Order: sequence, then C-alpha cells, then structure tokens
Amino acid sequence: MTDFLLAPFQYEYMQRAFIAALVVGTLCSTIGTYVVLRKLSFIGDGIAHASFAGIVVAYLRGLDYYVGALIVAIVTALGIGFVNRRGRVSLDTAIGVLFTGAFALGVFLMSRVPHYNIDLQSFLFGNILGVSREDLWLILGLALVVVVSLALLYRALLYTTFDPVVAQASGIHAGFVDYALLVLLAITIVISLEAVGIVLVAALLVTPAATAFQLTRRFTRMLVLSGAIGAFCAVAGLYASYYLQSASGATIVLLATILFFIAMAVGRRRMPLMGANLPH
Amino acid sequence: MSDAVRARELTVRYGDLVALDRVDLTLETGMALGIVGPNGSGKSTLLKTIAGLLTPAGGILEVFGTSPRSLPPGTIAYVPQIEAVDWSFPANVYDVVAMGRFPRLRLLQPFSKHDRRVVDGALDALRLGDLRNRHISQLSGGQQQRAFVARAIAQEPKLLLLDEPTTGVDAATEEALRELIRGLVKNGLPVLMTTHDLDRAADWFDKLLVVDRRVLAEGDPASVLASGAYAGIREHTHVHGHARSDTHGHPK
Repeated sequence: MTDFLLAPFQYEYMQRAFIAALVVGTLCSTIGTYVVLRKLSFIGDGIAHASFAGIVVAYLRGLDYYVGALIVAIVTALGIGFVNRRGRVSLDTAIGVLFTGAFALGVFLMSRVPHYNIDLQSFLFGNILGVSREDLWLILGLALVVVVSLALLYRALLYTTFDPVVAQASGIHAGFVDYALLVLLAITIVISLEAVGIVLVAALLVTPAATAFQLTRRFTRMLVLSGAIGAFCAVAGLYASYYLQSASGATIVLLATILFFIAMAVGRRRMPLMGANLPH
Repeated sequence: MSDAVRARELTVRYGDLVALDRVDLTLETGMALGIVGPNGSGKSTLLKTIAGLLTPAGGILEVFGTSPRSLPPGTIAYVPQIEAVDWSFPANVYDVVAMGRFPRLRLLQPFSKHDRRVVDGALDALRLGDLRNRHISQLSGGQQQRAFVARAIAQEPKLLLLDEPTTGVDAATEEALRELIRGLVKNGLPVLMTTHDLDRAADWFDKLLVVDRRVLAEGDPASVLASGAYAGIREHTHVHGHARSDTHGHPK
C-alpha cells in the first residue's frame, strides 16, 4: 500500500502536480460554495472561456500566459458584475454575451496567426503534469491571496449570499463584496486552468460544493466539507489518472461527479425534509 | 425628540414610473409611524429608500441628519417580506438571527459573549428559543417572519424598518410582536412599519401616514382613520384591511 501511495512521488513533476492539485482542488471547491449558493454556476464556465482570449494575446505579445489570462478573466468578471448591476439584462445573459465574445476574440486572434506553437489542448483540458516550479509558486501565491481575502470577507460574503438586500440595508457594502467575489473567482479560475483546463474548471467550482450541500444544513460545515471533498477528488483523481494512464483533469472531475451522486442518495436519506420547501 | 427620519418632497422613480411623488415625512425618535396604502402605493419603496437601497430622484431624505448610505454599519435594520430569500440556504434559525450582529463586528472580530447574549435575547423575545437549531426551510411562514424580526432586533439598530411583518402570523404572535415593538419604541427606538391592517393601527402606531404614491393624510391614527383619506383606502381593501391587487390608478 505504501509503495502504491508513494510510487508517483519518485518523479519531481508528479510532486508538483500533487501540490497543485491539492491547492486548486481545495480552493475551487471552497469558493465554489458561494458560486453554488449564489446560483452563479455559469460564471465559472464564462470566466474560464473568456480567459482564453488573454492566453492568446499573451502568446502573441510574448508574455506569460498567466498574466494574459488573469487580466482578461478579471476584466470579464468585473464586466459581468457591472452589466448585471447596472444593465437591464439578467446575469446569465450578461455572462453569455461577455464570455462568448471574449472566447470568440481568442479564436479570431489565433486564426490570424499562420503558425502557432501554443498547446491549445493543455489549456482546454488541463495539463497538471506540466506545472513548472515557477507555475507552482504563482499558484501558491495567488491561492494565498484568495484564501486571506475570503477569510477577511467571510461574514460579509455569508450575509450578502443569504440576504443581499437586508445586508446592504444594514450597512454592508454588498456591491463591493459582489465585485470582490468575482475578482477572487477570476483568480481562482486562472490558477486552475493548467490543472483542469478551461472546459472542466467549472465542474471543480460547482460539483464539490453541490455535493457538500447534499450532506449538511450549516453554512460553515458546507464550506469546510466542500473544500475537503475538492481536495480529496483532486488528489485521488490524480492518483487514479497516474495508474489508469488517463487525463488527470477529466479523472478528477469524474470522481467529483461520482461523489455528487453518492451524496445525493445519502443526503436524501439523512435529510428527507430538506427539500420540502424548496422553490420550484 | 429629535428627527430620526426627515423627508421633504421625496420623489422616487422606477424608470418613467413615479413610485413616490413629493412625499413629506417626519419620524421622531421614540415614535412608531405606520404607513398604510393599497398595493402598489409605494409603501415598500418608501422603506427601501429610507434604508438606502434606492436612490431618490428628487427631494431631501435625511436619516439622523445625513443620507442613509453615510450612516455607520448597523444603524438601520430592515425587515423585508419573507419571500425575498432562498429558504433552502444551509442555515438554522440561530445562524440567521446571528447575522444581525455582522454589521456590528469588525473584520475577523470574534463573536463575543455579548453578541451571543444579544442573539439569545432576540430569539427569546420572538419566542424562537425552542426552534434555534431548526433548519430555516422547516419553519412556517409566521416563524420565518419572526426569525427576520429577531435578526433585526439582534442588530441593535437605531432605526427599525418593518415591511408588513404581521403577514402570515397568527393572532397570538401578532400581539407578541406588537408588544415587543411597543416596548422598543418606549425605549426610544424609532420604528417605521408598513401594514395592511388598518383596524389595529391605533394599537400599533403613534402616527399614521396614508400613502398612494403621494401622502394623502398624516397624523395620529384616530384622526387619520376618521378622515376621508382613510375611507378612500378602505374602499380598496378587503375585510380586515387586506388590500386588493388591482388598485393602481384609482381616483383619490
């Protein structure tokens, strides 16, 4: 058993991959609690796709991909928030317009380059084994920023997630909290791109939190449980992908999906009244 | 007594629709002001504007001498109608009432014994002590309403705004709520409350405001109830004072 667990760690790239997976899995699923409770699941998908334009622009300008993706992801996140608050369109419409526009810009710019050596597949589906030492430090640094910010905003985020109108009336700056969450979400998504890719990052944001929601009726427990489920799925999924020789991002997300359905069955048995008053 | 709320010529619009038209209002500390009017008359809009949730299109609005959004956190407690939140949210009654303390706490400041005492007191005052560990989705409409009021009380506000808090509650709870509010008013808290229940207005309020986008009458409940303005509203209400939903644009 020990050999089974330690075998992947003989390779330095696997050590980096496990650390990255653990950080990204925990972070995505922790902030995902707010994504699920605020019904923002579409946002993760939107910001991830939009960041593709930043990757292409960074490639064309010879910049770090992370920098390009981060700038576009944050601008898109703030744009979504602005259009939703000030515009006359719903949030899902705002996301639909902005992310498809940004993604199309990325494809357009890429199609204009005659010969490119950008590894498109690694951004679409993730390449956690390719995480470099520098990438890992960047992931750890940005993850720390997100964790500290989430801790500082804990009460404001909780109150504005449950009852934004009353929270604002009581003097909490709901608008600032909303924008801050979107920026933190954008950072989380960008540092997760290499691990799970543009296509699958939304699943890592939503599925562990949705799983935790089936198992507890308390917010703090949901937050902790979601983070733990995300961490477990990331690490166990990476082990599975190592031994099954499968795509790591897809294996992690598949494991999270299986856990979700198990939790749904368990949750219904444990809390049969939970959904009694749910709005339909 | 000093003014808690002072509105002069207050006008609020939703796009082209005038929701409130040059409303004058004064609420002094230690006073309960009731706002009555048919559905769509701007009662809730008035509360939301005073709470700083809506921006006036014109006129003056001062809460404790300044604009609502300039007040320190925790000054205003607003109790909306209960449909406004997702009741499947992972929280029990205690969690919801404890949120009332959040505006009073600094970043990372731990929940103190005083905070816990205030929350317990609010739960007891609204007779929710036995339900403190119950998930909010398992509450009746009246219990949900009481949880909202308890959260507002736990905030220890300087101004309390209540949007039809008696909707869906039984007679005993309504009386307990009335006694609680009157007790808070007696201790100096200014309270502004919308209601459809015209029949018991005199028991609840020191002053009554009849609103139908503009102020139709203002004064002590007895004189307002005896006025023509009250009769005008009365024609558009059911027995026990529940307003009809088709009262937009009725002749005044």
